[in-house]
Amino acid sequence: MRFSIYRYNPETDKKPYMQDFDVDVVANGCTMVLDVLLYIKNHMDETLTLRRSCREGVCGSDGMNINGKNGLACVMHVAKLKEPVIIRPLPGLPVVRDLVVDMTQFYQQYEKVEPYLQNNQPVPAKERLQSPEERAKLDGLYECILCGCCSTACPSYWWNPDKFVGPAGLLQSYRFIADSRDTATNERLADLADPFSVFRCRGIMNCTDVCPKGLNPTKAINNIKDLMVKESV
Amino acid sequence: MSLPTQLFDAVIIGGGGAGLRASLELAQSGLNVAVISKVFPTRSHTVSAQGGVNAALGNTDGSDDWRWHMYDTVMGSDFLGDQDAIEYMCKNAPETIYELEHMGLPFSRLDDGKIYQRAFGGQTRNYGGELVHRTCCAADRTGHAMLHTLYQKNLEAKAKFFNEWFAVDLVKTASGVAGVIAMSIETGEVVFLKSRATILATGGAGRIFQSTTNAHINTGDGFGMVLRAGLPLQDMEFWQFHPTGIYGAGTLITEGSRGEGGYLVNKDGERYMERYAPHLKDLSCRDVVSRSSMMEIREGRGCGPKGEYVLLKLDHLGADVINARLPGIRDLSMTFAGVDPLKDPIPVVPTCHYLMGGIPTNMHAQVLDHKNGQDSIVEGLYAAGECACVSVHGANRLGANSLLDIVVFGRAAGLHVQQSVREGLGYREPSLDEIDYAMTRLNRWNNNEKGESVEEIRSALQKIMQEDYGVFRTAEYMQKGFKKLEDLQKRLQYAAIKDKSRCFNTTRVEALELDNLMATAIATAYLANERTESRGAHARFDYPERDDQHWLKHSLYYQSGQIAFRPINMKPHEVKPIELQARDH
Repeated sequence: MRFSIYRYNPETDKKPYMQDFDVDVVANGCTMVLDVLLYIKNHMDETLTLRRSCREGVCGSDGMNINGKNGLACVMHVAKLKEPVIIRPLPGLPVVRDLVVDMTQFYQQYEKVEPYLQNNQPVPAKERLQSPEERAKLDGLYECILCGCCSTACPSYWWNPDKFVGPAGLLQSYRFIADSRDTATNERLADLADPFSVFRCRGIMNCTDVCPKGLNPTKAINNIKDLMVKESV
Repeated sequence: MSLPTQLFDAVIIGGGGAGLRASLELAQSGLNVAVISKVFPTRSHTVSAQGGVNAALGNTDGSDDWRWHMYDTVMGSDFLGDQDAIEYMCKNAPETIYELEHMGLPFSRLDDGKIYQRAFGGQTRNYGGELVHRTCCAADRTGHAMLHTLYQKNLEAKAKFFNEWFAVDLVKTASGVAGVIAMSIETGEVVFLKSRATILATGGAGRIFQSTTNAHINTGDGFGMVLRAGLPLQDMEFWQFHPTGIYGAGTLITEGSRGEGGYLVNKDGERYMERYAPHLKDLSCRDVVSRSSMMEIREGRGCGPKGEYVLLKLDHLGADVINARLPGIRDLSMTFAGVDPLKDPIPVVPTCHYLMGGIPTNMHAQVLDHKNGQDSIVEGLYAAGECACVSVHGANRLGANSLLDIVVFGRAAGLHVQQSVREGLGYREPSLDEIDYAMTRLNRWNNNEKGESVEEIRSALQKIMQEDYGVFRTAEYMQKGFKKLEDLQKRLQYAAIKDKSRCFNTTRVEALELDNLMATAIATAYLANERTESRGAHARFDYPERDDQHWLKHSLYYQSGQIAFRPINMKPHEVKPIELQARDH
């Protein structure tokens, strides 16, 4: 099976190029795209550079663009892909080397939403109570693995990566807004009330389409917009 | 050689649960703290923990007692655990869990709004009675929820992070540890991080085996660093094989799936744990369940065309329970086994999961050396989490005690470092030679031009460990394996990387990791050969019984090949010691 992979090492390459590798995926037990990439690195070209860790879709290291769609290499079945498989780094972020991108800006947008529980009430001796219904509101939000597949699939984020928080950051923002234990909802909404942070989202749902965890950032963003409207009325 | 130097009150090596809990404690106290992590912190292996974290809250059952939790942990450890440390962990568990809840960890809930608790292996009421529900969880993504919560709180506390920096080696002086040499993976820049206290939180090393639930990054970096600094490792023969890794892929299926009512069957559809362990059945300790599964497979009752696995049956739980409590498991099964557990059982096999041994520490996470029968504290060095051996897990860890271990002892390390700094813990001044020594292996990899590749040595290492140091061990296989390991260790000195780039050179990182894998494997081989008994996860066909007369002691290994022993602590402070007894299955 043929894999065409984006290569770029700033120390040796003037510009990026695509390199083809032919791998016998069956004979070498390559079920997932990550298996193929590691096979290439281990047996064909050790300079191939990528991030990987858990290899089971929970650490979010190996987000990349596979046949035009962002996803995690470790949970992407080779058998379901059309040949040649074209593998590129996540789009819109600076490339460090090969499939490794610089995620600094992505993390900055995450930090901007103050992604931690804020509660101004006295701390109780035991747990804060939360009903199963209140807790259920966090499902579909807290599971984010910060792989960056969503934000780097978003044209609004490509245009304004410094000002538009992007789907990953906004999903996290709503994760705390939706938490019955968080008392900073008003401040959180006020911090987002400029023309860029939230309102650059045009609702095209690329983020939801690519999320490897099946989360729906567009819905979270719409919920934030709804709350803003209610606040201002 | 002279290196750029940065000064910190505390440097933490590792951004998983233990490291982040320690850094949070320190950053909140206003100390100047840095976390070095070879991956962005939320990609650390804590993220993969599924089932939960134990604390005797009594939320589901109405009552529970940390003393019962302590009893279960000591029994589970097969009496190799230190009772003072186990007492400290179990007693502090509830407060530690409430702290995490206050930080925002999205625990699953009961109807009354309290934290939901599920059943897990080896957890009983009233000192070995009925099963108890003691495991707090966030569905089956508890580690993920914990790690992200801790990272988020560290952002709030403004801890300093060196993300994607690799710790090469400790800098050790005659009086203690002065800091660590670290390398930026992105730029190749090398820096000496000088600190009053260095905390190792480098996690496990499951990648010494071919088949493991562990992430690629679990390469025992702390173990290699400690051995090269001339310090010992403890109880390295005790590797836990989790009963339910997905056959072929090795990915974990949480014990919580049995806690929610799932069970194992053989090819005849028999629920065989009823035969091996009539009392706790599928929720017996992991060493017991893994051995039972391996016996079924060895005796020809395994499933599949080659009879190489057993089946985990969950479909009888119904869609509501599986979707609410085990959604991640369902995903993993469909992705890696092609099986939907709502309809079909999951093919599973005992898979390397966790190291009970590690860097010996006291209850404050201070690293210990041991000379002439006496413990001594290594000034400026701490260890917490899976890399540490405090020892709360002894010869076999109870499920959901590892997430507890990392937060309890990560916090303990943070508290003790704070106190030590307040009391005047200073810096140690290394000589240039001492810094050079810490640079040795980085220079070796940079200079070796031709030789075997990292992958050749690594895959050979993993094959030896898998074949000769697995669930069941014998002197014959281990000695054969040991010879192969020694040979491989020599070959490693001449191995080389072709990629010499400074820019995000992951091959160089893997090479540095390989040194640590080798050190870990050798330590395991030495101590596994040495211990002529079966205890907890160390099961020998040639010595099938526990031998308290000769082996009720911790074993220590030094890189020189020297082996020593330390007594087990059987003196808890507040409760009566738990007396030696047979483990009743």
